[in-house]
Amino acid sequence: MAKLLEVQELRTAFTSASGVVRAVNGVSWDVEEGETVALVGESGCGKSVSALSIMRLVDPPAGRIEAGKVMYKGRDLLKLSEEEMRHVRGREIGMIFQEPMTSLNPVLTIGRQLTEGLEIHVKLDAAAARERAIELLGLVGIPDGARRLSQYPHQFSGGMRQRMMIAMALACNPSLVLADEPTTALDVTIQAQILELMRGLSKRLGVAMVINTHNLGVVARYADRVNVMYAGRIIERATAAELYANPRHPYTLGLLHSVPRLDEPRRARLHPIDGQPPDLSRLPPGCAFAPRCAYRVARCDAEVPELTPAGPGGHVSACWESARLIREAAA
Amino acid sequence: MSEALLEVSGLAKHFPAHAGAFRRGAGAVRAVDGVDFTIRRGETLGLVGESGCGKTTTGRCVLQLERPTRGRIVFEGVDITGQSQQDLRQVRRRMQVIFQDPYSSLNPRMTVGEILAEPIKVHGIIRDPAKRQARVRQLLEEVGLLPQHAQRYPHQLSGGQRQRVGIARALAMEPSLIICDEPVSALDVSIQAQIINLLEDLQARLGLTYLFIAHDLSVVRHISDRVAVMYLGKIVELADRQALYEDPLHPYTRALLSAVPIPDPKLEATRERMVLRGEVPSSLNPPSGCVFHPRCPIAVDRCSAEIPPLREIKPGHWAACHLA
Repeated sequence: MAKLLEVQELRTAFTSASGVVRAVNGVSWDVEEGETVALVGESGCGKSVSALSIMRLVDPPAGRIEAGKVMYKGRDLLKLSEEEMRHVRGREIGMIFQEPMTSLNPVLTIGRQLTEGLEIHVKLDAAAARERAIELLGLVGIPDGARRLSQYPHQFSGGMRQRMMIAMALACNPSLVLADEPTTALDVTIQAQILELMRGLSKRLGVAMVINTHNLGVVARYADRVNVMYAGRIIERATAAELYANPRHPYTLGLLHSVPRLDEPRRARLHPIDGQPPDLSRLPPGCAFAPRCAYRVARCDAEVPELTPAGPGGHVSACWESARLIREAAA
Repeated sequence: MSEALLEVSGLAKHFPAHAGAFRRGAGAVRAVDGVDFTIRRGETLGLVGESGCGKTTTGRCVLQLERPTRGRIVFEGVDITGQSQQDLRQVRRRMQVIFQDPYSSLNPRMTVGEILAEPIKVHGIIRDPAKRQARVRQLLEEVGLLPQHAQRYPHQLSGGQRQRVGIARALAMEPSLIICDEPVSALDVSIQAQIINLLEDLQARLGLTYLFIAHDLSVVRHISDRVAVMYLGKIVELADRQALYEDPLHPYTRALLSAVPIPDPKLEATRERMVLRGEVPSSLNPPSGCVFHPRCPIAVDRCSAEIPPLREIKPGHWAACHLA
């Protein structure tokens, strides 16, 4: 299938009081048409900044995209004018944020927020935009759309607001939706509703999706391919099935082992990853995970490992000791 | 079976609600609406439910940070409801709390050493300053921190380290009961397991009793001996860990368990999900009968008319459902 989005050697950095923070430190990944790709990792791994960089929503002067390309349908988004970029954001790529209340305008009605984009980007007249808005609310499971249009975000519950965000993201028939921790702020039963809704819509409308999450369960059910990030880099990539069956990076392995699972017998003890997450303004010269890694050898402290083939279906892992991991897994 | 350390019966907490510019009374938010449970010495009782179900308010009532509207809380054999602030000071030494966000519960202007020494001093547990410092070092070690962490400020620590300080502060009072209110939900996945293991080690070593309040069902299963599920201010099911997770009797418990995604694509591909309709209704105006009936996939007429009591359906396994 054709590549819809190709992120190449992207670097985004922020200047803070403690120095330069390399939030995204040279990452390359892609999304095919209609596919769901996950960026997985813990806070500070660079998944949110990756999404913001694609949308060019990294605020200068503190933040800047230093290098790389974001090829979308053959054009480099980083080279577009602000005017052209606005069109991409409105029409081509939708975005869903973690906290819907902070990304909806509290003083505009639901109707206005939905129709604004339709009028500007799709050039619908007011009546047609209103009709489409009601249709969109129905699409995301908000009944009684005509009445809802005159309401304000505070009159919606958390789950409804997230449905509304999805409706806004889909309003102009985008080919790609970036969802940044779309269900983290929601309750479990509402999470399930929203994720099933997103999966259904993505399949039905053929929209490709990027889901940023720290939840390995969410990834297992909803992603086709997974990029695991740590300290601003991708450290492993595989199809979801392959990643869970054969993790080839000690960090991925550690993440999978550290969470208790409902489908397995209860373990006497959990197996956490030792140590603390890295300070991004003082990254070690070698592998950023080395200080916490059980497989660490001398080379890990000196040289950053590149992504190298580790299994079928484009499975790659950035670990000097991945051969040992594979041997141990086979044993 | 060991003795009960905490007995909660008929606990209710209603908050007055106001509406309009003149803040006229508009009824009451029934945050907790008739809750009964006991915790035995040395055990962990998990309290799970979604936001707004009343689990945190229940914890705050036990701590007497909220005065309950109704009900009795008997701790170490003494009814603490209606006790004076003076008497409660003694109770609070024996009953401590760990909060979700250690950052907002640690004084940013105090070093870790000061944060830990202060309650020991205020409560007159150790009056000699040198001995107090020794105790602070011991507490740091107990929670896996280093002596030099005593000189740091909370903002110089990572989230996991801050939660360790929160735990050390609770331990400083030598409590018998610790209310853990979402102690790991603000932490990264790789750090959560460290804190859970620490809580388990401390329990084994110091004979602690936990009320573990959380929304993460996998974590609750791991740490709890018994589990209570709350929905809209009520306990809908209470059972031993194994019974609750392997044989849930209440449809809400079943829905909650089915909503948890499992990190295994092969399993998830064939797993049918029981997705609940609608959302949690307002506790300002809870539904008639069983509060779960508007979302319940198996509700019958009786459910909207009659409140189901929490009944012992199998030995030690309680559920509030007409159809269980």
